[in-house]
Amino acid sequence: MNNTIKFKIDGKEIITENGKTVVEAAHQNGVYIPTLCNFPGSFSKGSCRMCTIKVNNRFMTSCTTPAAPGMEVESNTPEINEFRKSIIELLFVSGNHFCPSCEKSGNCELQALAYRYQMMVPRYPYSFPLKKVDASNPKIIKDQNRCVICQRCMKTIKTEKGEHYFAYLKRGNVLEVVMDKELGKEMTDELAKLAMENCPVGSIIYKEVGFVEPIGTRKYDKQPIGSDIDV
Amino acid sequence: MPKKITIEPVTRIEGHGKVTIKIDDNGKVRESRLHIVEFRGFERFVQGRPYWEAPVLVQRLCGICPVSHHLAAAKALDVIVGAGTGDGLTAVGEKMRRLMHYGQFFQSHVLHFFHLSSPDFLFGIDADPAIRNVIGVIKHHKDLAVQGVMMRKYGQEIIMHTAGKKIHGTGAIPGGINKNLSIAERDLLLNGTDPLNADKMVEWSVAALEFFKVYHKSNATLVDTFAEFPSNHLSMVRKDGALDIYHGVLRAVDADGKRILNDVDYQDYDKYIEEEVRNWSYMKFPYLKHLGKEKGWYRVGPLARLNVCDFIPTPLAQKEFEEFKAYTTGKPNNMSLHYHWARLIETLHSAEAIRDLLKDSDLQNDDLVIKGEKTNKGVGVIEAPRGTLFHHYEINDNDQITLANLIVSTTNNNEPMNQAVNHTAKSFMNGQMEITEGMMNAVEVAIRAYDPCLSCATHALGQMPLEMKLVNANNEVIDSKTK
Repeated sequence: MNNTIKFKIDGKEIITENGKTVVEAAHQNGVYIPTLCNFPGSFSKGSCRMCTIKVNNRFMTSCTTPAAPGMEVESNTPEINEFRKSIIELLFVSGNHFCPSCEKSGNCELQALAYRYQMMVPRYPYSFPLKKVDASNPKIIKDQNRCVICQRCMKTIKTEKGEHYFAYLKRGNVLEVVMDKELGKEMTDELAKLAMENCPVGSIIYKEVGFVEPIGTRKYDKQPIGSDIDV
Repeated sequence: MPKKITIEPVTRIEGHGKVTIKIDDNGKVRESRLHIVEFRGFERFVQGRPYWEAPVLVQRLCGICPVSHHLAAAKALDVIVGAGTGDGLTAVGEKMRRLMHYGQFFQSHVLHFFHLSSPDFLFGIDADPAIRNVIGVIKHHKDLAVQGVMMRKYGQEIIMHTAGKKIHGTGAIPGGINKNLSIAERDLLLNGTDPLNADKMVEWSVAALEFFKVYHKSNATLVDTFAEFPSNHLSMVRKDGALDIYHGVLRAVDADGKRILNDVDYQDYDKYIEEEVRNWSYMKFPYLKHLGKEKGWYRVGPLARLNVCDFIPTPLAQKEFEEFKAYTTGKPNNMSLHYHWARLIETLHSAEAIRDLLKDSDLQNDDLVIKGEKTNKGVGVIEAPRGTLFHHYEINDNDQITLANLIVSTTNNNEPMNQAVNHTAKSFMNGQMEITEGMMNAVEVAIRAYDPCLSCATHALGQMPLEMKLVNANNEVIDSKTK
């Protein structure tokens, strides 16, 4: 049975296999669609809405939409880009993101997206929420000021038995992603470093090694986010 | 009727200050004050942050000499991570930091002399303010202006190649640095296209010094008597007494040259220095504890450093230092405008030190960081361009900062600047009921000599228009002028 699917994004023909999401297919074919909560290899929930596209004049999240034959997808349009930019701005104003002193600067996906979408000043008022820093774990710091509730740590950082190190606490606008303090004590160095790497912002920090990468050599110093995918 | 004159804000300085001068019925100056009217509070909001953020966070106090804060914080954290008290780093760690510091010393001193102060020397203190500014310098003394711009650019290039960025870099980290200097970077800085190379910077520094000395010769009375008053002087010096802006011990001398603080370890700075709060300024008043508030205040910065050190460890600057010392027969120099002379000698020293460091192959080593047993308290001291800078941090077992205390260079110079304002006001305004622009500028010239960074001192950001108010004894504004 032929497993190949063909559809279009912004008029460009995309060829992929059955079972791929639109964002996976796009990236396979050299078309960048921005993502934040989506993490390759883990189940997507479409919670951050960064990967919003338009299909048949309806807004959808490309990380949860399966690619289907003959689809006509709009992605890189002024309307959608403005929408994505507004999401970035909302994330900035709903937390306390001070890039100048954040060690994730240059490696931060949120910051890189803000540059890509040319965010100057958020159109929304800053909320300056009072957030806590949990530094009680010997290996990592969980800084709630910078957390964007993407769930990437919840989905990818687990024990060998599959127990989650990170989980939700509280609900609604005070929802937080916190670390299991007991389980956290056993976390290996390797996993702690991976947790920092998988966090798209500077909310999970591996202790005592901040700023070791010189300016100019950090991930997004070299090339803007998405330029490794864009053809 | 008694009057109060307000000059607000003071111009051509870094930050926002205000001067008030009270005049009695006979036109005599009774009291003058330099008020610092802004507040930011870095010491408070750094609390709770991970300690390794401090060198990057706290340097945001300032855009002129952030490297000073960056390095003072990093030095304090070296102690916390067990990398020794300032001299325990690897060779490349210490030398890269020194290069960064000399680069910023050079650019900051050049900025002050060429951009902020040279208009006073070139056009005169009471010249038309429409000409007496940096645009006037560019228009009427183009070669000098170009030198100033290019020298500053060179200093900034040094900072960029050591810290990663010209302003607010990340080069110094607890226990060392995050990069060495590549051969290509070294060659660029050492032998770059004219004029951006080390030899030219030394040559131009000599020329700037010559320019000041010629001015001094033909205006000796003004330069020697303007805001001249006795004081103590404090600075860090190398253990052998050499001028050292990166590391050493604390030394202070009184107006006659007698040691009043004898090469003490700055980790114990709080045993020797106390800060007084006065209700009319956000800037504190530090003093030497054992001498008390009245007699314990001191000057810091270029003049103090040359009064305190025994010699300068680079040949051309040492020769100039000897001439400088001979002028006061080896005694401490208490003349405020001689800050400019001292500053230019230090500019030359920086250029020479940069050239020497760039030839040192240790800068290409790879052992960037060293760490030992962790402690929960560290003090870092550095000689910033404007004077001695103290950073003190304490952390908890979770690596979060619990206490931060900064005594910034300009804060150390608070009382001396007030004294300088008072002396100038008395010299220029006694018996004068009308205040001219020239008189206002004279007061500013006195403050400017100290190159204050009021943004740093209160940890605040400033603007620089000038407003002057006349206020009577009942504090009613009877006249005001703005420029």
